[in-house]
Order: sequence, then C-alpha cells, then structure tokens
Amino acid sequence: MQKNIFLTIKNRIKGFHITRSVFAYPYVLFLMLFVIVPLALILVNAFLADGKISFQNFVDLSRDGASLKVLGHSFLVGIVTTALCLIIGYPVAYILAKMPSGGVLVILFILPMWVNFLIRTLATRAIFQAMGVALGEGTVIFGMVYNYLPFMIMPLHTTLSNIDKSYSEAASDLGADPVTVFLKTTLPLSVPGIISGIIMVFIPTISTFAISQLLGGVFLFGDSINDKFNHGLYGVGSVMSLVMLVFVLLSNVMLKKFNKGEAKSSVW
Amino acid sequence: MVKKISPKIYLIIILALLYAPIIFVVVFSFSNTTNFTFPRGFSLEGYRAIFTSSHAEKLLDSLKNTIIIAVISSIASTIIGSVSAVGIFYMKPKTKATFENINQLPIVNSEIVMAVSLMLFFTTFSFPTGWLRIIIGHITFCTPYVILSVMPRLMQMDSNIYEAALDLGASPVKALVKVILPIIFPGIISGAAIAFTLSIDDFIITQINKGAATGIDTLSTYLYSSTRSASGFEPFWYPLFTIIIIIVITIVLLVNLNKFKTKGKKKEEED
Repeated sequence: MQKNIFLTIKNRIKGFHITRSVFAYPYVLFLMLFVIVPLALILVNAFLADGKISFQNFVDLSRDGASLKVLGHSFLVGIVTTALCLIIGYPVAYILAKMPSGGVLVILFILPMWVNFLIRTLATRAIFQAMGVALGEGTVIFGMVYNYLPFMIMPLHTTLSNIDKSYSEAASDLGADPVTVFLKTTLPLSVPGIISGIIMVFIPTISTFAISQLLGGVFLFGDSINDKFNHGLYGVGSVMSLVMLVFVLLSNVMLKKFNKGEAKSSVW
Repeated sequence: MVKKISPKIYLIIILALLYAPIIFVVVFSFSNTTNFTFPRGFSLEGYRAIFTSSHAEKLLDSLKNTIIIAVISSIASTIIGSVSAVGIFYMKPKTKATFENINQLPIVNSEIVMAVSLMLFFTTFSFPTGWLRIIIGHITFCTPYVILSVMPRLMQMDSNIYEAALDLGASPVKALVKVILPIIFPGIISGAAIAFTLSIDDFIITQINKGAATGIDTLSTYLYSSTRSASGFEPFWYPLFTIIIIIVITIVLLVNLNKFKTKGKKKEEED
C-alpha cells in the first residue's frame, strides 16, 4: 500500500517533469517562426535570382563598385572607432576596477546608452552645429565612439575587476616596476575583455543604421542593406545581410571561446 | 598626489563628454529653440508646444502609438518569456544549451539584419502591414531579455521546494503559482521593465517593418522623418526628449538598484 502511494507520487512528479518543459514549446514555435525562418529566407534569397538557384547575386554584388566601396569604408570607420574606444575605454575600465566604488560608478558610464540613440545623435549634431564644426568624416567617428564607448567599457570592466590582485602583487613583490607589472600581468589577463570589447564595438559600428547619415551624410553598410531592400533588390540585399550575419556568428563563436567560464557581462 | 587625482579627472572628463549631449538637451529644452541658444531667455514655450504646435496632433498620435506598442509587446513578451523560462529550466541539458543559443540570436544579431529578415518574412507570407508586423517584431527582440532576466532566479531556486509542495498535496499548477511564481517574481518585473524600455527605445525594427503606406509612426520614426523634412526640426523635440530621458534613466536606475540589492543579499547569505 505504502509502496503504491510512493509510486504514484513518483509517477506524478515524473509525468510533470515532461509537462513542465512543455511550457517552453509555444516560445520554441515562436522563435522558429519569427527568428529562424526569416534568417533562412535571407539565405534562400541570397541564392535566388530570377526564380532560379544561382550565385548571380554574389556576382552582382562583386561588380557593384558603390556597394563594395561602402563596405570598405564601413570597415575603415569600424576599425578607427574600435581603436579609439579601446584607447579611451581601457583606462576608464582600469581605473574603475581599482576603485572600491567602481562597481556602482560603472553604471554611470553605461546609463547614457539607454537614452535613444537618435536623441543622442541629434543632440551631438546640434552641439557640432552650435560650435560651427563642419559635419563630415570626423564628426561621424566622434558620434560612433560616443555611441559605442559603453560597449567597450562594460566587458573590460568585468574582466579587469575579476582579475585576482595577487598576480600583480606577486609581480611587484618580485621587483617588477609598475609598468612591467601592467604589461606582464594585468594586460595579458585582460585579453578576453579586450576581445569582447572589440567585437561589441566593431560589429554594431559597421552595421549602424542612420547615425552616420545624420552626423555627416556618410553611408555605411547598415544603411546600404536598408537601401537595397528599399529599392526592391532583395537578392543583393540578402547577400549583404548574409555577409553581416556571418560576421555576427563568427564573432560570437570567438566570444564564447575567449570567455569560457567567465561571467557574461551584460548591461543589466 | 598627482597620481591619485589624475585618474579621477580622466573619469570626470569622459563622463562629461558622455553626458554633454544629454545635459544640453535638458538645459535647452527651456529655450524654445533647436540651435542651443537662449535668444528669449528661459521659457516653457517648448513644453507647451508639445500640445499646441501645428504638429501636436501627429506628435501625440505617435506618442500614443509608441505606448500602445510598448505595453502590448512588453506584456506579451513578459508572459511568453516567464512561462517559457520555467519550461527551459526543466529541459534536458543538451536541448537547453541549443535553445539558449537560439534565444541569444535576436540579442547578438545586428538589428538591421533582424529587421530586414523580418520584413522579408512578412512580405513573403503576406502578413497584413502595420500593427501586427510591428508588434511581432517587438515581441521577437524583447522576449530573449525577459528570459535572461527570469533564468537566474530559477537557478537560485531550491528545486526541492517545488517537490515539497507536491508532497504536501499541492497540485502542480498550485505549486507553480504559489511556490515558483513568488520566487521568480522580481525577475519577471525586471524583465517587463527591460522589455518596455527596449520597445520604447526601438527605431530600426519599427522603421523597416511599419510600412510606409500605413502611416503608423512611433516617436522615434516620427523623429527620424522630421529630421529629414523640409520644415525642419521643431522646438518641441527637446522638451519631449527631456521627459523621455528622465523616464528612461529612472527605470534603468531602479532595475539596477534592484539588482544590487539582490546581489548584496546573496553576498550576506554567503558570508
């Protein structure tokens, strides 16, 4: 009798174990429908030209000098922006990591990011105009650095504040001067944070939509993708989106590789 | 001495640069101009213009749309996200890992690619233009954040509590509502706040999926179109930005403080 009751309880729990993961099924369906299928459509459209499977869209893109120029230019803007963010952001993250109240202060650096980027970009533009600075390449880079600096500071701060202090203490006890201590212990140990930061700045920068147009009439890859779709060039637009998607997925694989076991930094 | 002060000065300079545009907007929201000057001194005219300017109707309409979209999509994504987080939590490890990777996709993907892929999807399967497309788009990018906000709560939960409730005779549904729900509730609230803020903040997904012919505009898409219009940038924008900035910063600070409190509690328990 006792055993019987025990068995039914056990079965009930077991039964519910199956039903409990059922709670996720509606969202599984939702994700399939609105995330996976649309991305699959991009893939299909990239290889579809005149209703036939072909590489025509890739050929078209490779012959489209203007688009390739935009891609090249986006890379250039992306590299410059990322480098500047790293140079400006590393000291910020380093100083914050050393401060006892750094964990709270870092929120101050991330907070502006939550104000709509259009609002911030328009305000930056108005400041430039009030100061009489001509809009152009320089103002675009400034706007990009301004927009994405928090993305660099966040992962760097997480990594730097997780580094065990005893490493640098040991190094200085053994006679290393502060510069050597930094170069030989802190810097190498913060490489995962640097890589995360670079990816988190570079990818959004090259795919930005609207910021560069507002700040200097410069067209970047994100604008270019939108432009292609607006003109009904779904094939070429899909190829360009696919290029972007490959970048995103590759960088994510890299992020996972470098940040194994480390707490993921997030805005929230 | 110099060593101690100079890092602080550096932080202050960077902070000043980061906040300069925001502070300029707030200060000059009281000047009723758009070029960062005070020709007529301090005035609340800009704030009044939100309701009285010739564009007020369009502006308030887009404000209404923004809020409707944010409310519907944040409620929907909070329900979908919280319920499925419980489901994901009880998945087999392998399925769970795959699922979490797919759940990351809308977060890591570049917004423009997500926007055009949705647009392609909606066009291919001829979804009705307008509201439905926008709201589905918003739910798609909000829900992953709700799940990420609820999951840590579930991980902290002692899974025996639930079994104990069952042993004591509670039905599974009752145990879910009376035991699991109170534990994950703070995560649900943060998740809802994040979803709401993200939805209000969105520009790219809405801009690309709203369809030009529907005439539906949210604040950000209306703002974008007004920066390109010939009539120029209306003075009421800065007052409106000021209001939005204050609301957004309050929400983000509250969520973060909440996070710090729970972190502190956890530390105390560990100690």
